[in-house]
Amino acid sequence: MEGLKVSDAKLVVYVHPSKATKVSQAILRELSSLLFKFSEILDGVVLAYDVSTLSEVAKILPGVHPYFGVRLQAKLLLFHPKADMLLEGKVVKLGQQSIHVIVLGFSSAIIIEEDIREEFKYKVKRGEEVFDSASHKRHKIKVGTTLRFLVKSFDEEILHISGSLVPAHTGSVRWLDKNREDWLHADRSSKKRKKSAEREQMWEHNKPIIDASTLSMNTDQSNKKSKKRRRNEDS
Amino acid sequence: MGVELATENAGFSEMEDVIFSDTELVCHVRNALRSATMGHYDGYNQLVGVLHHTEYLTPDEVALLVTSLKALSGAVSCIDSGHHESLLSAIFGMSMWNYGPDVMDALVELIVKLAASSGQYTDSCLDMLVSNFTPPRSFVEFLKKPRRKGQVLYHVHSALQGIANLLPLAPLRLEDAIVHKMPNVYSKEPLIVLYVENMLRLESSAMGAVVGGMMLKAVVDMAIELDVKIEWEDILQDDPKGIFEMELEDEETVDNTQQEGDELRIRESSRGKSFWGSEIAEKLDSLLVLMFEHLKKCNDAGRLIEVFEPLLQSFQTTVMMVYKLKFSQFVMFYACSLDPENCGMRFTNTLADIFMHRASPPNRRMSAVAYLASYLSRAKFLSLSFVAEILKRLVGWCLKYCETWDGDINPTAHKVFYSGCQAIMYVLCFRMRSLMDIPCLKSLLLHMPIEAIFNHPLNPLKVCLPSIVEEFLRQAKAARLFTTVSEQTFLFNNNMVESELSRAFGGSEKLDMFFPFDPCLLKNSDGFIRPNFVYWSMARTSYDDDEEGCSNEDVEDFGGSGENIAAWSSEEHDHHFDDDELDKMSITPKNSFLNSYMFGGDLCGSALRMPSRIRPSSSPESSWCTN
Repeated sequence: MEGLKVSDAKLVVYVHPSKATKVSQAILRELSSLLFKFSEILDGVVLAYDVSTLSEVAKILPGVHPYFGVRLQAKLLLFHPKADMLLEGKVVKLGQQSIHVIVLGFSSAIIIEEDIREEFKYKVKRGEEVFDSASHKRHKIKVGTTLRFLVKSFDEEILHISGSLVPAHTGSVRWLDKNREDWLHADRSSKKRKKSAEREQMWEHNKPIIDASTLSMNTDQSNKKSKKRRRNEDS
Repeated sequence: MGVELATENAGFSEMEDVIFSDTELVCHVRNALRSATMGHYDGYNQLVGVLHHTEYLTPDEVALLVTSLKALSGAVSCIDSGHHESLLSAIFGMSMWNYGPDVMDALVELIVKLAASSGQYTDSCLDMLVSNFTPPRSFVEFLKKPRRKGQVLYHVHSALQGIANLLPLAPLRLEDAIVHKMPNVYSKEPLIVLYVENMLRLESSAMGAVVGGMMLKAVVDMAIELDVKIEWEDILQDDPKGIFEMELEDEETVDNTQQEGDELRIRESSRGKSFWGSEIAEKLDSLLVLMFEHLKKCNDAGRLIEVFEPLLQSFQTTVMMVYKLKFSQFVMFYACSLDPENCGMRFTNTLADIFMHRASPPNRRMSAVAYLASYLSRAKFLSLSFVAEILKRLVGWCLKYCETWDGDINPTAHKVFYSGCQAIMYVLCFRMRSLMDIPCLKSLLLHMPIEAIFNHPLNPLKVCLPSIVEEFLRQAKAARLFTTVSEQTFLFNNNMVESELSRAFGGSEKLDMFFPFDPCLLKNSDGFIRPNFVYWSMARTSYDDDEEGCSNEDVEDFGGSGENIAAWSSEEHDHHFDDDELDKMSITPKNSFLNSYMFGGDLCGSALRMPSRIRPSSSPESSWCTN
């Protein structure tokens, strides 16, 4: 799955003097306030952090409230889906006009009728709604299916993704992984072929998504030395 | 226009002239929307027109509305915020209170789909649902349809849950929306009650794990806001005789309906500010009752501990620091009474820890120990051994303080210490007799180095509130607690509640006279608190049985048949027996009119009635009127 990356960041957290006896708690609290929000500076939604202090000495700010700045080194897991990336998520709702998917348990995605390729037909079988593939009998999409789809757009405020099932290499992950030849054949054009070969390599790794070490191999690792100021308010 | 209402089936069904399939309807709406983006508004305007129909809908119109909504649900992807503004505002302006369940179902489906279709509509959808917590106009209209409220709330909450299922982060945004749209304290009482009911319902729902804490805190904050607006003076402004005359009338009536009529008369006779004051009290009363009922439900479901934590947090950050609070703190009292072993102890230990924590600001520590003292004295559900344990901790702390500090009386410098001593004395005034009655606790008490503390040059007996010191010494003498401390050295003017020294240690917030769990004067809330509450009149004192030439001959009656009276007794009816004794143990203003007002006259009326009529009292009847 694309869209995930691990970044190194150098941060400064300004801690209120009342928290001088519990600095770690204050820092963790401040970093936790970043979670599940899109940060422009970090260029992504912070999903997890691993933090360590760079120095035992902290500079005290001059002013009415003497906040002191603790320097930190953090590894941040960031999520930033961009157009034409492939993502995977679980289908939670299915209708004739749309498929609703949840990615990584927190981000919602929608694929509207117009973005579902002709191959899939909406049916209601035994009370259950399902999208059946007309060309491949076993390729089904229903509630609970893990779906691979292409990103069209990403709303950074609500963390809502608009997706597409038009390309041949999108659909139910289970079927796609078992039947690689089928959908590879479908992409005849040279450009698409190249891309597919790359993707094939990625699927070979076969590791869970959240493994940071894998990501550092596959994805961009931008060593961001961003300095960020935050104020830790007295709670 | 005939319609298929129920199924979502993509019906390529029979094409009869009258019946259109769902897909065709959806197509029709999509075309209308698309044409609107290109400047042709006919179909679009028709659609918007249908949505604006609210009153007196004929069944045909209802069907049309339902169809339109369902068709729109299928066409949400074609809705464009730029070109379809009037449509969107029509949708978000709809109120479920105006319609029946069919329309509600269709509207819920539309809202959920709209929220999930694109990030730009999510907030508006959530706002619309929150607006639906309360009816759009005059509430009275909807009271005529009692089922409507249940239906609306069911649909609103299922819509919220539906959105949360599709957008996992929606509850966080919902939280903000709800808190922003909370009615202010000047809104009508039924509106406030209904909104809070919705909030508490959310707390119990699946989303409660995310939003529950915030909901509880917001409700407590509102209670505080109402509470600080109630002034004793507001109500005391009334012509006392006027109210008292009403009160006499109330004595004759027993049943509730008549009593409500009298309350109305009392309220009508009140003027301006005090009328408003009573409205605020009523709102707070209803709010507290809602909270109590919610806590009871949580306890029955076995999740009181979950709910208790945010309440305790809220208590420490807000409730504890507002010294003018009158009744909001009873939320904690009631929660503890439901689960004394877990919540009760947790509350006590938290308060004790705050008091003993050196780094906390002094006022916070003093407030904590005042809460602790009042709680230990008034909570009927606490075991005596637990009370003794905490007392031991307090005494230990005070002794250590004495040993660390030298020097004489200094009320301001050692105010935390004095408040600790006063707390010990206050608790012992209520509990000494009961503790002495149990041999192991009696020996524990006798072994506590209380005497050493009181003999120390810091001299707490001189600094603490005279009324408490006096009562304490009286009991201590009867119980033979001390050997060296003598009552004679501390003769105070009987009517003096405060002394200069006590005022000095109490400071501007009057923490020397802070007894937060004095009897709750709100009529409905009190019903919840009463069974677990120790009234001063119920407390047996150590000098009870020995009393002979006591100025108060009726104390004996109370001491002996305490249990019988306990069910009836309210602190207030003690007035004509021993004003001083009563007042010492409570900061409730002496004026009985306040009390009778709050109780709507009935309880006090009956309380006034019972002891005076059953027992011949030597106190002249006129003592009721004067104060």
